[in-house]
Amino acid sequence: MRDFLAGLRALDRRWIFLAVGLLVIAPLLFGFHLAPVVPSHRAKGFYDAIERLPEGSTVLVAADYDPGTRAENYPMHLAAARQLMRRNIKIIGVELYPAGVPIGDDVLRTMGAELGKKLGVDYVNLGYKVGNELVMSSMGTSIPKTFPVDSRGVPVSKIPVMRGIENFQQIDMIVSISAGYPGTKEWVQQVVSRFHVPMIAGVTAVSAPEYYPYLQAGQLQGLLGGMAGAAEYEALVGKPALATRGMDAQSLAHVFIAFMIILGNIAFLGQRKPAKG
Amino acid sequence: MHLSSDIGVWIGAFLTLGIFSFLYKDNPVYKFCEHLFVGISAGYYVVLTMISSVYPNMIQPLFTNFTHDRNYFLLIPLALGIMLFSRFFPRGDWLSRWPIAFILGVYPALRITGFAQGDLVEQVHGTMLPLWVPGDAGTTINNWLLVGGLLTTLIFFFFSKEHKGALGGSARVGIYFLMISFGASYGYTVMARVSLLIGRVMFLLDDWLGLLRF
Repeated sequence: MRDFLAGLRALDRRWIFLAVGLLVIAPLLFGFHLAPVVPSHRAKGFYDAIERLPEGSTVLVAADYDPGTRAENYPMHLAAARQLMRRNIKIIGVELYPAGVPIGDDVLRTMGAELGKKLGVDYVNLGYKVGNELVMSSMGTSIPKTFPVDSRGVPVSKIPVMRGIENFQQIDMIVSISAGYPGTKEWVQQVVSRFHVPMIAGVTAVSAPEYYPYLQAGQLQGLLGGMAGAAEYEALVGKPALATRGMDAQSLAHVFIAFMIILGNIAFLGQRKPAKG
Repeated sequence: MHLSSDIGVWIGAFLTLGIFSFLYKDNPVYKFCEHLFVGISAGYYVVLTMISSVYPNMIQPLFTNFTHDRNYFLLIPLALGIMLFSRFFPRGDWLSRWPIAFILGVYPALRITGFAQGDLVEQVHGTMLPLWVPGDAGTTINNWLLVGGLLTTLIFFFFSKEHKGALGGSARVGIYFLMISFGASYGYTVMARVSLLIGRVMFLLDDWLGLLRF
Protein backbone atom coordinates (compact mmCIF):
# COMPACT_ATOMS: atom_id res chain seq x y z
CA MET A 1 0.00 0.00 0.00
CA ARG A 2 2.83 2.33 0.94
CA ASP A 3 4.53 1.64 -2.41
CA PHE A 4 1.27 2.26 -4.22
CA LEU A 5 0.82 5.65 -2.52
CA ALA A 6 4.46 6.54 -3.20
CA GLY A 7 3.89 5.58 -6.86
CA LEU A 8 0.84 7.84 -6.99
CA ARG A 9 2.80 10.75 -5.62
CA ALA A 10 5.46 10.25 -8.27
CA LEU A 11 2.95 9.68 -11.10
CA ASP A 12 3.90 11.56 -14.25
CA ARG A 13 1.05 14.03 -14.90
CA ARG A 14 1.13 13.17 -18.61
CA TRP A 15 -0.61 9.86 -17.81
CA ILE A 16 -3.48 11.87 -16.36
CA PHE A 17 -3.60 14.07 -19.48
CA LEU A 18 -3.69 10.93 -21.62
CA ALA A 19 -6.50 9.39 -19.55
CA VAL A 20 -8.60 12.57 -19.70
CA GLY A 21 -8.00 12.74 -23.46
CA LEU A 22 -9.16 9.15 -23.97
CA LEU A 23 -12.19 9.64 -21.72
CA VAL A 24 -13.21 12.63 -23.82
CA ILE A 25 -12.59 10.97 -27.20
CA ALA A 26 -14.32 7.62 -26.48
CA PRO A 27 -17.89 8.87 -25.81
CA LEU A 28 -17.68 11.28 -28.74
CA LEU A 29 -16.61 8.46 -31.07
CA PHE A 30 -18.94 5.75 -29.83
CA GLY A 31 -21.84 7.94 -28.70
CA PHE A 32 -22.97 6.03 -25.62
CA HIS A 33 -25.50 7.74 -23.43
CA LEU A 34 -24.87 8.05 -19.69
CA ALA A 35 -27.68 10.13 -18.27
CA PRO A 36 -30.53 12.33 -19.54
CA VAL A 37 -30.07 16.09 -19.49
CA VAL A 38 -32.48 17.57 -16.94
CA PRO A 39 -33.01 21.36 -17.25
CA SER A 40 -32.38 23.36 -14.09
CA HIS A 41 -34.53 26.28 -12.93
CA ARG A 42 -31.76 28.60 -14.17
CA ALA A 43 -32.03 27.26 -17.72
CA LYS A 44 -35.83 27.30 -17.49
CA GLY A 45 -35.64 30.95 -16.46
CA PHE A 46 -33.58 31.69 -19.58
CA TYR A 47 -36.01 29.82 -21.82
CA ASP A 48 -39.17 31.23 -20.21
CA ALA A 49 -37.90 34.82 -20.42
CA ILE A 50 -37.72 34.51 -24.22
CA GLU A 51 -41.05 32.69 -24.38
CA ARG A 52 -42.72 35.55 -22.50
CA LEU A 53 -41.67 38.11 -25.13
CA PRO A 54 -44.41 39.00 -27.61
CA GLU A 55 -43.81 38.31 -31.29
CA GLY A 56 -42.12 41.20 -33.09
CA SER A 57 -40.13 42.26 -30.02
CA THR A 58 -36.55 43.42 -30.47
CA VAL A 59 -33.76 41.72 -28.55
CA LEU A 60 -30.13 42.77 -28.27
CA VAL A 61 -27.86 39.71 -28.40
CA ALA A 62 -24.44 40.62 -27.03
CA ALA A 63 -22.02 37.88 -28.08
CA ASP A 64 -19.03 38.82 -25.96
CA TYR A 65 -16.76 35.86 -26.56
CA ASP A 66 -14.16 34.66 -29.03
CA PRO A 67 -12.88 31.30 -30.34
CA GLY A 68 -11.14 30.67 -26.99
CA THR A 69 -14.47 29.80 -25.34
CA ARG A 70 -16.38 28.79 -28.46
CA ALA A 71 -17.00 25.27 -27.13
CA GLU A 72 -19.05 26.65 -24.25
CA ASN A 73 -20.62 29.80 -25.65
CA TYR A 74 -21.37 28.85 -29.26
CA PRO A 75 -23.98 26.12 -28.48
CA MET A 76 -25.96 28.43 -26.16
CA HIS A 77 -25.66 31.30 -28.64
CA LEU A 78 -26.94 29.11 -31.46
CA ALA A 79 -29.83 27.75 -29.37
CA ALA A 80 -30.81 31.25 -28.22
CA ALA A 81 -30.84 32.52 -31.84
CA ARG A 82 -32.98 29.49 -32.75
CA GLN A 83 -35.56 30.19 -30.04
CA LEU A 84 -35.65 33.93 -30.80
CA MET A 85 -36.07 33.49 -34.54
CA ARG A 86 -38.61 30.72 -34.10
CA ARG A 87 -40.69 33.17 -32.07
CA ASN A 88 -40.34 35.90 -34.76
CA ILE A 89 -38.33 38.13 -32.46
CA LYS A 90 -35.98 40.61 -34.14
CA ILE A 91 -32.32 40.29 -33.26
CA ILE A 92 -29.71 43.03 -33.06
CA GLY A 93 -26.29 41.48 -32.51
CA VAL A 94 -23.27 43.27 -31.03
CA GLU A 95 -19.83 42.06 -29.97
CA LEU A 96 -17.42 43.64 -27.54
CA TYR A 97 -14.75 41.01 -28.23
CA PRO A 98 -12.77 41.75 -31.40
CA ALA A 99 -12.69 38.12 -32.53
CA GLY A 100 -16.39 37.66 -31.78
CA VAL A 101 -17.64 39.26 -35.00
CA PRO A 102 -17.20 36.25 -37.34
CA ILE A 103 -18.89 34.00 -34.75
CA GLY A 104 -21.79 36.45 -34.32
CA ASP A 105 -22.22 36.62 -38.10
CA ASP A 106 -22.02 32.84 -38.38
CA VAL A 107 -24.67 32.16 -35.71
CA LEU A 108 -27.18 34.64 -37.13
CA ARG A 109 -26.64 33.55 -40.74
CA THR A 110 -26.83 29.84 -39.88
CA MET A 111 -30.09 30.23 -37.94
CA GLY A 112 -31.46 32.77 -40.43
CA ALA A 113 -30.92 30.35 -43.31
CA GLU A 114 -32.44 27.44 -41.35
CA LEU A 115 -35.54 29.35 -40.25
CA GLY A 116 -36.01 31.51 -43.37
CA LYS A 117 -35.14 34.86 -41.78
CA LYS A 118 -33.71 37.76 -43.78
CA LEU A 119 -30.53 39.63 -42.92
CA GLY A 120 -31.34 43.27 -42.30
CA VAL A 121 -35.08 42.63 -42.01
CA ASP A 122 -35.28 40.09 -39.18
CA TYR A 123 -31.77 40.34 -37.79
CA VAL A 124 -28.59 42.34 -38.06
CA ASN A 125 -25.12 42.11 -36.60
CA LEU A 126 -23.75 45.55 -35.69
CA GLY A 127 -20.33 44.06 -35.07
CA TYR A 128 -17.50 45.11 -32.79
CA LYS A 129 -16.82 48.44 -31.18
CA VAL A 130 -13.83 49.27 -29.02
CA GLY A 131 -14.52 50.80 -25.58
CA ASN A 132 -16.08 48.12 -23.35
CA GLU A 133 -18.35 49.87 -20.78
CA LEU A 134 -18.17 53.11 -22.76
CA VAL A 135 -19.88 51.37 -25.68
CA MET A 136 -22.70 50.17 -23.40
CA SER A 137 -23.11 53.60 -21.87
CA SER A 138 -23.03 55.26 -25.29
CA MET A 139 -25.71 52.87 -26.59
CA GLY A 140 -27.96 54.19 -23.83
CA THR A 141 -27.78 57.59 -25.53
CA SER A 142 -27.87 56.45 -29.15
CA ILE A 143 -27.38 53.01 -30.69
CA PRO A 144 -27.17 54.35 -34.30
CA LYS A 145 -24.50 56.88 -33.30
CA THR A 146 -22.50 54.23 -31.43
CA PHE A 147 -22.84 51.79 -34.32
CA PRO A 148 -23.21 53.95 -37.48
CA VAL A 149 -22.67 50.86 -39.68
CA ASP A 150 -23.23 47.11 -39.23
CA SER A 151 -20.53 44.41 -39.45
CA ARG A 152 -20.73 44.53 -43.28
CA GLY A 153 -20.28 48.31 -43.38
CA VAL A 154 -23.92 49.05 -44.31
CA PRO A 155 -25.21 52.28 -42.67
CA VAL A 156 -27.77 51.45 -39.97
CA SER A 157 -30.13 54.07 -41.45
CA LYS A 158 -30.56 51.71 -44.43
CA ILE A 159 -31.24 48.58 -42.35
CA PRO A 160 -35.00 47.91 -41.87
CA VAL A 161 -34.61 46.06 -38.55
CA MET A 162 -32.91 49.16 -37.08
CA ARG A 163 -35.81 51.49 -37.95
CA GLY A 164 -37.14 53.15 -34.82
CA ILE A 165 -34.27 51.85 -32.68
CA GLU A 166 -32.71 54.80 -30.91
CA ASN A 167 -31.54 53.50 -27.54
CA PHE A 168 -32.34 50.86 -24.89
CA GLN A 169 -35.94 52.09 -24.60
CA GLN A 170 -36.71 50.23 -27.82
CA ILE A 171 -34.91 47.06 -26.69
CA ASP A 172 -37.20 44.53 -25.01
CA MET A 173 -34.49 42.29 -23.61
CA ILE A 174 -30.73 41.73 -23.61
CA VAL A 175 -29.30 38.26 -24.17
CA SER A 176 -25.70 38.28 -23.00
CA ILE A 177 -23.50 35.41 -24.16
CA SER A 178 -20.34 36.12 -22.26
CA ALA A 179 -16.84 34.80 -21.68
CA GLY A 180 -15.65 37.35 -19.11
CA TYR A 181 -14.68 41.00 -19.39
CA PRO A 182 -16.43 42.87 -20.90
CA GLY A 183 -19.56 40.79 -20.60
CA THR A 184 -22.52 39.94 -18.43
CA LYS A 185 -21.25 41.75 -15.33
CA GLU A 186 -20.73 44.98 -17.24
CA TRP A 187 -24.10 44.73 -19.01
CA VAL A 188 -25.78 44.34 -15.60
CA GLN A 189 -23.83 47.23 -14.08
CA GLN A 190 -24.08 49.65 -16.99
CA VAL A 191 -27.40 48.80 -18.60
CA VAL A 192 -29.73 46.65 -16.46
CA SER A 193 -29.47 48.78 -13.34
CA ARG A 194 -29.40 52.08 -15.23
CA PHE A 195 -31.87 51.55 -18.05
CA HIS A 196 -33.92 48.73 -16.47
CA VAL A 197 -33.80 46.43 -19.48
CA PRO A 198 -34.58 42.78 -18.63
CA MET A 199 -31.63 40.47 -19.22
CA ILE A 200 -30.71 36.79 -19.43
CA ALA A 201 -27.18 35.43 -19.70
CA GLY A 202 -25.26 32.43 -20.98
CA VAL A 203 -21.75 32.39 -19.56
CA THR A 204 -18.65 30.22 -19.39
CA ALA A 205 -18.57 27.75 -16.51
CA VAL A 206 -15.49 29.33 -14.96
CA SER A 207 -17.29 32.67 -14.60
CA ALA A 208 -20.76 31.28 -13.72
CA PRO A 209 -20.45 31.46 -9.88
CA GLU A 210 -19.84 35.20 -10.22
CA TYR A 211 -23.31 35.68 -11.72
CA TYR A 212 -25.41 33.65 -9.27
CA PRO A 213 -25.91 36.71 -7.02
CA TYR A 214 -27.37 38.60 -10.01
CA LEU A 215 -29.78 35.74 -10.63
CA GLN A 216 -30.75 35.57 -6.97
CA ALA A 217 -31.32 39.34 -6.83
CA GLY A 218 -33.51 39.27 -9.96
CA GLN A 219 -31.07 41.27 -12.09
CA LEU A 220 -30.87 38.26 -14.39
CA GLN A 221 -33.98 36.30 -15.31
CA GLY A 222 -32.11 33.19 -16.38
CA LEU A 223 -28.56 31.87 -16.45
CA LEU A 224 -26.80 29.19 -18.47
CA GLY A 225 -23.49 28.08 -16.97
CA GLY A 226 -21.02 26.45 -19.35
CA MET A 227 -21.60 23.44 -21.55
CA ALA A 228 -23.95 21.83 -19.01
CA GLY A 229 -26.17 24.93 -19.03
CA ALA A 230 -26.10 24.97 -22.83
CA ALA A 231 -27.13 21.28 -22.95
CA GLU A 232 -30.04 21.95 -20.56
CA TYR A 233 -31.15 24.84 -22.75
CA GLU A 234 -30.86 22.74 -25.92
CA ALA A 235 -33.21 20.22 -24.28
CA LEU A 236 -35.72 23.00 -23.57
CA VAL A 237 -35.48 24.40 -27.10
CA GLY A 238 -36.11 20.86 -28.34
CA LYS A 239 -33.03 20.59 -30.52
CA PRO A 240 -30.20 18.65 -28.83
CA ALA A 241 -26.99 19.75 -30.56
CA LEU A 242 -23.32 20.45 -29.85
CA ALA A 243 -23.54 20.82 -26.05
CA THR A 244 -25.69 17.72 -25.60
CA ARG A 245 -23.20 15.71 -27.67
CA GLY A 246 -20.41 16.77 -25.35
CA MET A 247 -22.15 15.96 -22.05
CA ASP A 248 -21.13 12.27 -21.85
CA ALA A 249 -17.49 13.19 -22.39
CA GLN A 250 -17.93 15.91 -19.78
CA SER A 251 -19.43 13.50 -17.24
CA LEU A 252 -16.73 10.85 -17.72
CA ALA A 253 -13.93 13.40 -17.42
CA HIS A 254 -15.53 14.83 -14.26
CA VAL A 255 -15.83 11.41 -12.61
CA PHE A 256 -12.20 10.68 -13.44
CA ILE A 257 -10.97 14.05 -12.12
CA ALA A 258 -13.02 13.66 -8.91
CA PHE A 259 -11.53 10.14 -8.50
CA MET A 260 -8.02 11.50 -9.02
CA ILE A 261 -8.61 14.27 -6.47
CA ILE A 262 -9.67 11.70 -3.87
CA LEU A 263 -6.73 9.45 -4.76
CA GLY A 264 -4.35 12.42 -4.65
CA ASN A 265 -5.58 13.36 -1.18
CA ILE A 266 -5.16 9.79 0.07
CA ALA A 267 -1.62 9.75 -1.31
CA PHE A 268 -0.93 13.11 0.34
CA LEU A 269 -2.34 12.00 3.70
CA GLY A 270 -0.20 8.83 3.52
CA GLN A 271 2.83 11.08 3.27
CA ARG A 272 2.03 13.04 6.43
CA LYS A 273 2.97 11.11 9.52
CA PRO A 274 2.74 12.42 13.06
CA ALA A 275 6.14 13.07 14.56
CA LYS A 276 7.09 10.50 17.17
CA GLY A 277 8.41 11.81 20.42
CA MET B 1 -13.91 8.62 -42.12
CA HIS B 2 -14.23 11.67 -44.31
CA LEU B 3 -11.15 13.91 -44.32
CA SER B 4 -11.78 17.62 -44.74
CA SER B 5 -10.76 19.20 -48.04
CA ASP B 6 -10.77 22.69 -46.51
CA ILE B 7 -7.23 24.08 -46.17
CA GLY B 8 -8.38 26.29 -43.27
CA VAL B 9 -9.50 23.23 -41.31
CA TRP B 10 -6.12 21.55 -41.93
CA ILE B 11 -4.26 24.62 -40.71
CA GLY B 12 -6.55 24.74 -37.65
CA ALA B 13 -5.94 21.04 -36.95
CA PHE B 14 -2.17 21.46 -37.25
CA LEU B 15 -2.19 24.45 -34.89
CA THR B 16 -4.45 22.65 -32.37
CA LEU B 17 -2.16 19.60 -32.31
CA GLY B 18 0.85 21.92 -32.11
CA ILE B 19 -0.53 23.62 -29.00
CA PHE B 20 -1.56 20.26 -27.47
CA SER B 21 2.02 19.01 -27.95
CA PHE B 22 2.97 21.19 -24.97
CA LEU B 23 1.18 18.66 -22.75
CA TYR B 24 4.01 16.25 -23.52
CA LYS B 25 6.73 18.86 -23.18
CA ASP B 26 7.79 22.26 -24.45
CA ASN B 27 8.90 22.06 -28.09
CA PRO B 28 9.59 24.23 -31.18
CA VAL B 29 6.25 23.39 -32.83
CA TYR B 30 4.38 24.68 -29.77
CA LYS B 31 6.50 27.83 -29.73
CA PHE B 32 5.82 28.40 -33.44
CA CYS B 33 2.05 28.07 -32.93
CA GLU B 34 2.15 30.36 -29.89
CA HIS B 35 4.10 33.09 -31.68
CA LEU B 36 1.90 32.82 -34.74
CA PHE B 37 -1.18 33.28 -32.55
CA VAL B 38 0.23 36.35 -30.80
CA GLY B 39 1.32 37.98 -34.08
CA ILE B 40 -1.89 37.32 -35.97
CA SER B 41 -4.04 38.42 -33.01
CA ALA B 42 -2.21 41.74 -32.73
CA GLY B 43 -2.54 42.43 -36.46
CA TYR B 44 -6.19 41.39 -36.51
CA TYR B 45 -7.12 43.61 -33.55
CA VAL B 46 -5.39 46.67 -35.03
CA VAL B 47 -7.10 46.28 -38.41
CA LEU B 48 -10.50 45.47 -36.87
CA THR B 49 -10.34 48.48 -34.55
CA MET B 50 -9.52 50.72 -37.51
CA ILE B 51 -12.34 49.30 -39.65
CA SER B 52 -15.03 48.99 -36.99
CA SER B 53 -14.36 51.97 -34.70
CA VAL B 54 -11.88 54.56 -35.92
CA TYR B 55 -13.16 54.78 -39.50
CA PRO B 56 -16.99 54.72 -39.04
CA ASN B 57 -17.05 56.66 -35.75
CA MET B 58 -14.41 59.31 -36.47
CA ILE B 59 -12.78 59.40 -39.90
CA GLN B 60 -15.99 59.09 -41.90
CA PRO B 61 -18.01 61.69 -39.93
CA LEU B 62 -15.05 64.09 -39.99
CA PHE B 63 -13.81 63.80 -43.53
CA THR B 64 -16.75 62.41 -45.52
CA ASN B 65 -19.96 63.54 -43.84
CA PHE B 66 -18.63 66.76 -42.36
CA THR B 67 -20.39 69.00 -44.90
CA HIS B 68 -23.78 67.60 -43.81
CA ASP B 69 -23.23 67.03 -40.12
CA ARG B 70 -20.68 69.45 -38.69
CA ASN B 71 -19.83 67.59 -35.54
CA TYR B 72 -16.98 69.72 -34.21
CA PHE B 73 -16.85 67.69 -31.00
CA LEU B 74 -15.16 64.90 -32.94
CA LEU B 75 -12.08 67.11 -33.28
CA ILE B 76 -11.47 66.64 -29.53
CA PRO B 77 -11.02 62.81 -29.61
CA LEU B 78 -9.04 63.20 -32.85
CA ALA B 79 -6.64 65.61 -31.15
CA LEU B 80 -6.44 63.47 -27.99
CA GLY B 81 -5.81 60.36 -30.09
CA ILE B 82 -2.96 62.05 -31.97
CA MET B 83 -1.51 63.30 -28.68
CA LEU B 84 -1.25 59.69 -27.46
CA PHE B 85 1.32 59.03 -30.19
CA SER B 86 3.59 61.74 -28.77
CA ARG B 87 5.03 59.04 -26.51
CA PHE B 88 7.21 58.05 -29.46
CA PHE B 89 8.96 61.45 -29.33
CA PRO B 90 10.93 62.07 -26.14
CA ARG B 91 10.73 65.88 -26.40
CA GLY B 92 6.95 65.95 -26.62
CA ASP B 93 5.95 62.85 -24.69
CA TRP B 94 4.34 64.99 -21.96
CA LEU B 95 1.48 65.62 -24.40
CA SER B 96 0.33 62.00 -24.03
CA ARG B 97 -0.47 62.64 -20.36
CA TRP B 98 -3.57 64.63 -21.31
CA PRO B 99 -5.42 61.82 -23.12
CA ILE B 100 -4.23 59.32 -20.49
CA ALA B 101 -5.59 61.60 -17.76
CA PHE B 102 -8.87 61.78 -19.67
CA ILE B 103 -9.09 57.96 -19.87
CA LEU B 104 -8.15 57.63 -16.20
CA GLY B 105 -10.86 60.09 -15.28
CA VAL B 106 -13.68 58.65 -17.36
CA TYR B 107 -13.14 54.92 -16.76
CA PRO B 108 -13.14 54.88 -12.94
CA ALA B 109 -16.18 57.18 -12.89
CA LEU B 110 -18.07 54.88 -15.22
CA ARG B 111 -17.07 51.73 -13.35
CA ILE B 112 -17.70 53.13 -9.87
CA THR B 113 -21.21 54.31 -10.75
CA GLY B 114 -21.89 50.99 -12.48
CA PHE B 115 -20.68 49.05 -9.47
CA ALA B 116 -22.65 51.19 -7.03
CA GLN B 117 -25.87 50.81 -9.02
CA GLY B 118 -25.50 47.25 -10.26
CA ASP B 119 -23.70 45.54 -7.41
CA LEU B 120 -23.76 47.43 -4.13
CA VAL B 121 -27.35 48.68 -3.94
CA GLU B 122 -29.00 45.81 -5.81
CA GLN B 123 -27.07 43.12 -3.96
CA VAL B 124 -27.81 44.60 -0.52
CA HIS B 125 -31.43 44.77 -1.60
CA GLY B 126 -31.23 41.16 -2.77
CA THR B 127 -30.20 39.94 0.69
CA MET B 128 -33.16 41.54 2.46
CA LEU B 129 -35.17 38.35 2.52
CA PRO B 130 -37.99 37.03 4.71
CA LEU B 131 -36.60 34.46 7.15
CA TRP B 132 -39.96 32.76 7.47
CA VAL B 133 -41.94 31.87 4.36
CA PRO B 134 -45.19 30.14 5.43
CA GLY B 135 -45.75 26.85 3.62
CA ASP B 136 -42.39 26.90 1.84
CA ALA B 137 -39.74 25.24 3.98
CA GLY B 138 -37.23 25.10 1.09
CA THR B 139 -37.25 28.88 0.54
CA THR B 140 -37.10 29.49 4.30
CA ILE B 141 -33.97 27.30 4.62
CA ASN B 142 -32.41 28.90 1.53
CA ASN B 143 -32.99 32.40 2.91
CA TRP B 144 -31.48 31.45 6.28
CA LEU B 145 -28.44 29.99 4.53
CA LEU B 146 -28.01 33.07 2.35
CA VAL B 147 -28.37 35.60 5.15
CA GLY B 148 -26.33 33.46 7.57
CA GLY B 149 -23.61 32.91 4.98
CA LEU B 150 -23.46 36.60 4.18
CA LEU B 151 -23.21 37.72 7.80
CA THR B 152 -20.66 35.11 8.91
CA THR B 153 -18.48 35.74 5.85
CA LEU B 154 -18.59 39.48 6.49
CA ILE B 155 -17.58 38.77 10.12
CA PHE B 156 -14.61 36.73 8.85
CA PHE B 157 -13.39 39.85 7.02
CA PHE B 158 -13.92 42.06 10.09
CA PHE B 159 -10.41 42.56 11.47
CA SER B 160 -10.96 45.40 13.95
CA LYS B 161 -11.51 42.96 16.81
CA GLU B 162 -9.73 39.71 17.65
CA HIS B 163 -11.62 36.63 16.43
CA LYS B 164 -12.49 35.13 19.84
CA GLY B 165 -15.68 33.89 21.45
CA ALA B 166 -18.90 34.44 19.48
CA LEU B 167 -17.07 36.55 16.91
CA GLY B 168 -14.47 33.81 16.40
CA GLY B 169 -17.17 31.11 16.10
CA SER B 170 -19.08 33.15 13.52
CA ALA B 171 -15.87 33.82 11.57
CA ARG B 172 -15.17 30.06 11.54
CA VAL B 173 -18.63 29.40 10.09
CA GLY B 174 -17.84 32.12 7.53
CA ILE B 175 -14.69 30.17 6.56
CA TYR B 176 -16.83 27.09 5.86
CA PHE B 177 -19.11 29.11 3.60
CA LEU B 178 -16.06 30.49 1.80
CA MET B 179 -14.60 26.98 1.39
CA ILE B 180 -17.86 25.71 -0.10
CA SER B 181 -17.90 28.62 -2.57
CA PHE B 182 -14.26 27.95 -3.52
CA GLY B 183 -15.12 24.29 -4.10
CA ALA B 184 -18.08 25.23 -6.31
CA SER B 185 -15.87 27.64 -8.26
CA TYR B 186 -13.23 24.95 -8.72
CA GLY B 187 -15.87 22.49 -9.95
CA TYR B 188 -17.07 25.03 -12.49
CA THR B 189 -13.46 25.70 -13.53
CA VAL B 190 -12.91 21.98 -14.18
CA MET B 191 -16.11 21.90 -16.23
CA ALA B 192 -14.94 24.93 -18.24
CA ARG B 193 -11.54 23.42 -19.04
CA VAL B 194 -12.98 20.03 -19.98
CA SER B 195 -15.54 21.80 -22.20
CA LEU B 196 -12.76 23.57 -24.06
CA LEU B 197 -11.00 20.24 -24.59
CA ILE B 198 -14.25 18.70 -25.84
CA GLY B 199 -14.66 21.58 -28.28
CA ARG B 200 -11.20 21.03 -29.77
CA VAL B 201 -11.61 17.24 -29.86
CA MET B 202 -14.95 17.68 -31.66
CA PHE B 203 -13.21 19.93 -34.17
CA LEU B 204 -10.46 17.36 -34.78
CA LEU B 205 -12.79 14.34 -34.95
CA ASP B 206 -15.64 15.96 -36.85
CA ASP B 207 -14.52 18.97 -38.90
CA TRP B 208 -11.06 17.57 -39.71
CA LEU B 209 -11.30 13.77 -39.74
CA GLY B 210 -15.05 13.41 -40.28
CA LEU B 211 -15.23 10.57 -37.77
CA LEU B 212 -18.27 11.58 -35.72
CA ARG B 213 -21.54 9.93 -36.67
CA PHE B 214 -23.70 11.14 -33.77
